[in-house]
Amino acid sequence: MTAALRFDPIRLPPECEQLRKEVRAFLAEEIAAGTFDPHQPNREDTDAPEFSRRVGAKGWLGMTWPKKYGGHERSFLERYVVTEEMRVANAPTRRFFVADRQSGPVLLKYAPENIKMDILPRICRGEVCFAIGMSEPNSGSDLFAAKTRATKTDGGYLINGTKIWTSSAHIADYMIAIFRTSPPTKENRRHGLTQFLVKMKQPGIEVNPIQQITGQYEFNEVVFTDFFVPEDHVLGEVDGAWKQATSELAYERSGPERFLETYYVLTELVRAVGKNPDTRSAEGIGRLVAQLHTMRRMSVSVAGMLQAGKEPVVEASIVKDIGTVWEQALPHRVRDLAAFVEETATNRETLENQLSFAIKTAPKLTIQGGTTEVLRGIIARGLGLR
Amino acid sequence: MRNAVAESENIVAETAEKIFADLADAQTINRDKNGAWKAPLWQALSESGLPLSWVPEDCGGSGASLAEGFSVLSAAGRHAVAVPLVETMLAGWLLAQAKISSPDGEMTVAPASPKDRVTLNADGSLSGKARGVPFAKAAKHIAVVASDAKGLSIALVEAAKCRIDSGLGLGGDHSDTVTFDKVQPVTTRPAPKGFEQTHLMLMGGVARSLQIAGALESMLEISVRYSNERVAFEKKISKFQAVQHNLARLAGESAAALAAATSAADAIANATSFNDEVFLEAVSAKIRCSEAAEKGGGIAHQVHGAIGFTSEHILHRYSLRALGWRDDFGSESYWAVELGRLVANRGADELWPLVASR
Repeated sequence: MTAALRFDPIRLPPECEQLRKEVRAFLAEEIAAGTFDPHQPNREDTDAPEFSRRVGAKGWLGMTWPKKYGGHERSFLERYVVTEEMRVANAPTRRFFVADRQSGPVLLKYAPENIKMDILPRICRGEVCFAIGMSEPNSGSDLFAAKTRATKTDGGYLINGTKIWTSSAHIADYMIAIFRTSPPTKENRRHGLTQFLVKMKQPGIEVNPIQQITGQYEFNEVVFTDFFVPEDHVLGEVDGAWKQATSELAYERSGPERFLETYYVLTELVRAVGKNPDTRSAEGIGRLVAQLHTMRRMSVSVAGMLQAGKEPVVEASIVKDIGTVWEQALPHRVRDLAAFVEETATNRETLENQLSFAIKTAPKLTIQGGTTEVLRGIIARGLGLR
Repeated sequence: MRNAVAESENIVAETAEKIFADLADAQTINRDKNGAWKAPLWQALSESGLPLSWVPEDCGGSGASLAEGFSVLSAAGRHAVAVPLVETMLAGWLLAQAKISSPDGEMTVAPASPKDRVTLNADGSLSGKARGVPFAKAAKHIAVVASDAKGLSIALVEAAKCRIDSGLGLGGDHSDTVTFDKVQPVTTRPAPKGFEQTHLMLMGGVARSLQIAGALESMLEISVRYSNERVAFEKKISKFQAVQHNLARLAGESAAALAAATSAADAIANATSFNDEVFLEAVSAKIRCSEAAEKGGGIAHQVHGAIGFTSEHILHRYSLRALGWRDDFGSESYWAVELGRLVANRGADELWPLVASR
């Protein structure tokens, strides 16, 4: 008997709708002021430090964290609304998104008090950017093959080795990384890695840019040479990072960013087809909207379970699997349908520009943050197959 | 309050589950060539009041809530129930819209396709043809939506008075053509203000969505179980990564169907009218569940190999019914066109607000 999957029909509470209005009004003002263009997801520089501070000032960063650390003690469902509205508007969230979603919660759970008091309020103000140091040149999905060493020295550790595909490392103030503190054991190949907080922009860290096929620059190679990390920057159990990884994945994997990354092409297709679509366009749009609605209902359901203190690891992995496969296929389906759109002087250019970018973006969507293959392995384990 | 509601939903669903487990065991039914299982199952369902779940007590029913009734439909799907329980529930619901009391016995509804129309003639008789009417041959009465110049009416008709041409759906259950040739109904009443034939299609579509989602839950369970038993190349086939990934995809399709269907049922149970938001929920469920029936059912068969293709194995009871249910009350391609037109008509900038409203 397999454990039954649960996707209860969670509805966002009324306070979320008020908040949604506030976020939309804020974004409309930012767009009007020229901070960003919602129709141009392919801008070259997506770093927007001033925008990040204004989002922080609104109280929309660290929303679920304790007030003593600058947080706002609001619900995961309220954070959900802010995330989805930002994503749909193509707002430049790069500077704060990782810190808010992932790094802050890790610090909350594992960092010593003095570090929490120092960094978390700055995340909430939108002042600091985080990177995640997981992949290495010879270990990607196989996280526990990481080789970058942390060697014990007086008062801390010396780091030597290379992280790669590190998004935003060139603008990041901090990185949360896993380094090898011991060799793996015979019984447990996951043993021996430790999570660390790394202060970036210091001697001993070299950040080298890697250009992506979209023309954007997010990726970096980060080389550590005898870089010193103080003792109190160890996050959690020495050699025990593997125990800390799994429960956080539910947060990372089920959010609206896991199916909305190419959403803009669907909006633009609807604009291009106009009020009276032919049968083929109508059917294509109808199916895509039905699939999108279903994805979102699944994702909100997982957010509701997280809010209720559950750990829906399998359900979250399913959301990311289906969501990323969907957002990856979306630009191709839109391209199919756009081929039949009757051309007017103005209805094609934006769509074609967006399609070009979305099609180039698509391959990464089923790789970043846990590949499809890894996710399906997790789901299979949940089904009792492993 | 919320908990109390959830609890009573469970009691109704548990009653249904228990009856299905006792009297609708898939293996037993699959071996029974004479249909001897049908009468005791229907009798137990009738005695429990489940077929008239959605009929208020003053119309002869058991007065359960919409939510409670929807939970029965999920259970019926999990057991691939092949008696007209769901159809009788829909008929009772339809009749209750016009405050017509439900008779005893099996019922079904017509039309069962959004394209079919039945006309109410000046002499009070009905004319028209309804295709793909589930279980018409097994029904004693048919609840009908009919129209004339004044608008819509709801009528209770004796099945024996109609011409019924037998057909079989993919799962082997009756899916018949009902011809109304100046048939005089038992009772006819005007439909309530604002009622449209589409509302019956949406209710029927959500019912089928819940059944498909339930059938997929069962297909996932029996496929996982089989993969943990079957040995090939000296290993349980569940240990092959290719099989694991297929089953993970089946879990995803099952999850999507479950989420879409229960969300739509919840939307209807809490709605005051069939507005655009409820329309989005209901037709999305029908579209997505139908897609899942194809993709998920295909994987269940792939995992089972040849044995799942035999009539003696129970898999087809779920897989073929799920595929057949796609056609009832409007197929996924029909509703996709309707939804696409609605979205286009509202305009590009209204799409996200519609999706986010749910």
